[in-house]
Amino acid sequence: MALDQSFVGRSYPPTDPYEVGREKIREFAEAVGDANPAYTDPDAAKALGYPDVIAPPTFVFSITFKAAGVVVSDPQLGLDYSRVVHGDQKFAYTRPVRAGDRLTVTSTIEAIKSLAGNDILDVRGEVHDEAGEHVVTAWTKLVARAAEGA
Amino acid sequence: MTAKISYDAVEVGTELPAQTFGVTRATLVQYAGASGDFNPIHWNEKFAKEVGLPDVIAHGMFTMAEAIRVVTDWVGDPGAVVEYGVRFTKPVVVPNDDQGATIEVTAKVGAKLDDNTVRVDLTAMSAGQKVLGMSRAVVRLA
Repeated sequence: MALDQSFVGRSYPPTDPYEVGREKIREFAEAVGDANPAYTDPDAAKALGYPDVIAPPTFVFSITFKAAGVVVSDPQLGLDYSRVVHGDQKFAYTRPVRAGDRLTVTSTIEAIKSLAGNDILDVRGEVHDEAGEHVVTAWTKLVARAAEGA
Repeated sequence: MTAKISYDAVEVGTELPAQTFGVTRATLVQYAGASGDFNPIHWNEKFAKEVGLPDVIAHGMFTMAEAIRVVTDWVGDPGAVVEYGVRFTKPVVVPNDDQGATIEVTAKVGAKLDDNTVRVDLTAMSAGQKVLGMSRAVVRLA
């Protein structure tokens, strides 16, 4: 069943702050095998002009995706999450995420399309720090595949 | 920010050093923990096959994280990345053996833009198939 177009443009309240820790960044960098010292060594990060270690570019997805989950699981929207796959992902950075950041995400439904029985949902997540400054915007395209026989 | 590469030193077509990244089931378990994405299609073969996949597949975001390393290793400062976007075209299938899968990433400068930035066009291949489409980063050079 096609999703309700009236949800396009709907914004959800900002999430509670996510506090970015040095060890969480280290854990992520190790998981992707990235040895760049800017992720683990505060002095190396400072040499690049940052106040503390920075996170790899895709780290913030774990925060924005959790925020998008509120949209996806909105019972009024009625998306079948068990059939959702990740279609596209894009980030636009004002600055890198860094240790000590307290980040909130404001999610907005940018578009809803129906194509060959698939529901396609575009969600934009605006990430701001504690001072209200923009850090990064994440655009996530989710595709709910048509159920068999539908 | 202190990129190692100067804007004046690159041209459209300049190739970045290519890299190949390995991924095993253990890698995926570690990434699931670090990212918080515990979708069973990334670690449970029975579940993956039940939903029509050939086998366990890598997280798209894992592949996206590997591909940008070609850019961040080249430029030195990961904070020099201004934009980064991909389309997930094919899954990276990760067999349950000692070898796992490999992700081969090549990249070249696709355009020189304003404000000392360049667009880098990335290609990520696994098992002979393109796994990321429309994969592009904008990066600020020195």
